[in-house]
This record gives sequence, structure tokens and C-alpha cells, in this order.
Amino acid sequence: MFDSYRENTLRYNPERCFGCLRCTEVCPHGVFAEGNRRVEVVRPEECMECGACARNCPVQAIAVQSGVGCAWAMIGAALRGKDMDSGTCGCGGDEGSCCGGDR
Amino acid sequence: MTSPSRSCCPSCPETVQPASGPVQEIRTTDSRITLADRLDHFLARFGVNRMGHRVEPGLYRLGNPTEDSPVFVSANYTLSFDALRSALSGRDGYILVLDTLGINVWCAAGKGTFGTDEIVRRIALTGLESVVRHRTLIVPQLGAPGVSAHEVLRRSRFEVEYGPVRASDLPEYLALGRATPDMRRVRFPAVDRLVLAPMELVHAALPTVAGAIVLYLLAGLPAALGAVAAVLAGTVLFPALLPFIPTRDFSTKGLILGGIVALPFSAAFFVETAASGWAGVLAAFAPLLLMPPVTAYLALNFTGSTPFTSRTGVKREIFRYVPFMAGMAVLGAALAAVLGTAHLLGAV
Repeated sequence: MFDSYRENTLRYNPERCFGCLRCTEVCPHGVFAEGNRRVEVVRPEECMECGACARNCPVQAIAVQSGVGCAWAMIGAALRGKDMDSGTCGCGGDEGSCCGGDR
Repeated sequence: MTSPSRSCCPSCPETVQPASGPVQEIRTTDSRITLADRLDHFLARFGVNRMGHRVEPGLYRLGNPTEDSPVFVSANYTLSFDALRSALSGRDGYILVLDTLGINVWCAAGKGTFGTDEIVRRIALTGLESVVRHRTLIVPQLGAPGVSAHEVLRRSRFEVEYGPVRASDLPEYLALGRATPDMRRVRFPAVDRLVLAPMELVHAALPTVAGAIVLYLLAGLPAALGAVAAVLAGTVLFPALLPFIPTRDFSTKGLILGGIVALPFSAAFFVETAASGWAGVLAAFAPLLLMPPVTAYLALNFTGSTPFTSRTGVKREIFRYVPFMAGMAVLGAALAAVLGTAHLLGAV
């Protein structure tokens, strides 16, 4: 009940994977791990849908609906009558920012 | 291979003639973080001139690099650029700064401005092919959501090597020639959470002050302090205590924290109006209904500053809890209005 993050949109097709391990490199949460010739999804519940794995998979074995996990941006989009999934975030442009950080 | 031409004086940018395209300049930087840089960082943390903390995109020379020196990629946000160059103290290399509109690597990658197109474009604009002999770029790992390594290779002939998440791990990464699993994992320690608090506080400051003044005039000092406490709990206490509050959802964490912070105010109101019987009990409920949703809403907004909340989860949180928070706030406001009216009429 108190875990809205249990499910996500990460989908993996092991048939396509040829074990380049790029996804294990780019995932910042250790969702993927090296398996027997193919990568395995070992921590799916940790996926934050950043999309790094899908974007760097050369054979499209991974799909995820990536987006900005920012409530401020999503609520703001809804209040402006825009699609909450549009990915319109305040980071960038002249609209100010919803996030800090030095990464 | 074209060698870089020498500049006329130390302050002039050196120029190279790329294999094709216009003449590009190579700027010079170093690893020193000056007082002016620290002031810039301070202002950036407080959201002052939020979009103005930029460095010029392009190619930078760090130390005395040769054509075999590594090329590091960064964003044109001063905090990102400065974290990189200070981590490379005592080393020679090039820094390829992308135009991310003054946004840090992680957020810009999510938005696509730190991405494949910009890397390919910037390589061409700077004539990087004629500056270095190798064909490798070290890209920060958190830039990966915007960068497709195989696309960069196909379009520019430069291979993307993902560096560690934290710039401070670069020396070890360079020594090992690879990133350890620990370097590849994103962390969110207390110091990283707390540096975000000023920005959160600045965002909430104006409405908080306005609300506190109105509450002071309508209901007195304790009510005004309650508003300030609820906001401080959501913007400062919440980031500090994030991992220690039960539940994974930010909204429920915020409701729990807001409820705890409201308890002293609830007790104070009860004691103040206890002589009025039922009114004392109702007055005790007012902070418990009003303060937690304020804290929870601010806590929910903190999702955008963290490196682990998914869009699916945040959306689910919004639909699950925002109506509940709104209901609590409306009920609390109605209760406060009834008590205020009764107070004015001399009933309590």
C-alpha cells in the first residue's frame, strides 16, 4: 500500500540480448547483472525509468517509458492542461528548475 | 593530423583548424576552485539567477594535454564543470563542454540536452578529431539517459566510455582503467540531500511568509509558527531524514513527519483551549489536519531532486495521495474557521 514504486515500465527481451553488458554499465541502480551469455534483470523494483539502459542497448532488448520523476513538474503540467507524461520539466529553458544537484 | 596552432599570448585562446568546418577555439581551464567559484556555487544552491550559472560550451584544455590525453565530457553548468575539473587536479586532459542550457548532467540527460545529438555536434564544432589522436570520450555515467553510445560511435567515430557516477571517483577510475560496481551505483547521502534543502526552502519561502502573516493576524503566533514548522519539516527535515522515515512513498513519509511535527502544536492548542471542553479537543485536531498535508506535499515535490523515483511511481503517488492531502487540508481549514468564528463570538 505504501509503495507506489513496486511496478514500472521496464521490459526486457532476453532473446535479443547478446551480452554486451552496456546496460550493466549505465544503470545506476544495479538493475541488471551479467548472466550466462545474457544479461539478467536482478533488481527490477529498483528501476527509476531513467532510460539509460534502453538508449544504450544496441539491439533494442530493453524498453522503458522513461520520463522525469518529478511531482512538481507533473502537477504543474496537469494544472496547465498538459499531459502529465509529456516529460515537460522545469529543468532548462527559462522556466526555472525543479532540481538541483551537481552531477 | 593537424596540430593545434600556438596562441599569441597566455590569455588568448589557442585555435585549431579542424579537418573540415570553421576554426574553433580551445579555452584553457585549471582545477582551482576560487572564492568566486564558491560564491557562484552558493548562489546556485540558493536558486539565485538559477539559469545563469553557465560556462561557455566548447573544448577546454586542462593542464598540458597532448594529442593522447583523455577527453572528458561535461555540462555547461558551473557545478558540473567545476566538480569535474577539480576532481582532475594535477592531470592533463581535455574537457568537452556540451551546451545543456546551464543544467546539470543528470537533469540535462533526462531532458535530452546532454545527449547524442549535442555530443556529435560539439565534436564537429570543436574539431576534436584534429586535436586528439585517439577516439574515446569519457562521459559521466549519469549522462547515459541522454546518450546512445553506439549512435555516437556510428555518427562521429568516437567511442563513448562511461565514467563513474561521481566525479570524485575519476582518479581511481583512471588508475584502474575501469569503474568498479560501487562507482557505478548512485548514492544519495545526507550531504547530497542537504545541499538541496536551500533550493527547496527558497521555492517555498514566499508563500510561507505570506501564509504565516495571514495566520498570525487571524489566529495568533502559534498558528503562524505552525505554518513555518510544517514548511521547514517538508523542505529541510524531510531531506535530512529521508532514509529513516518508514514507507517508500514520499507522500506517506511526509504525512508521518508532518504528523510528528504537528504534535507539539496540537498539545499547545489543546492546553490553551482545554477550558472550553469540546473546543479544546477540536483545536487539538486542527494542526493534525493542516500541517501533515503541507509537509507531505513538499515531500512529494522532493521526488524531482532525488536519483531514484520513477515517473510511473510519482504519478501513482499523485493520484493516490494528493486528493487525500487536499481533503485533510480542507477539513482542517474548515475546523479552524469554525473555531475562529466561535472564538470571535465568545463561545470558546
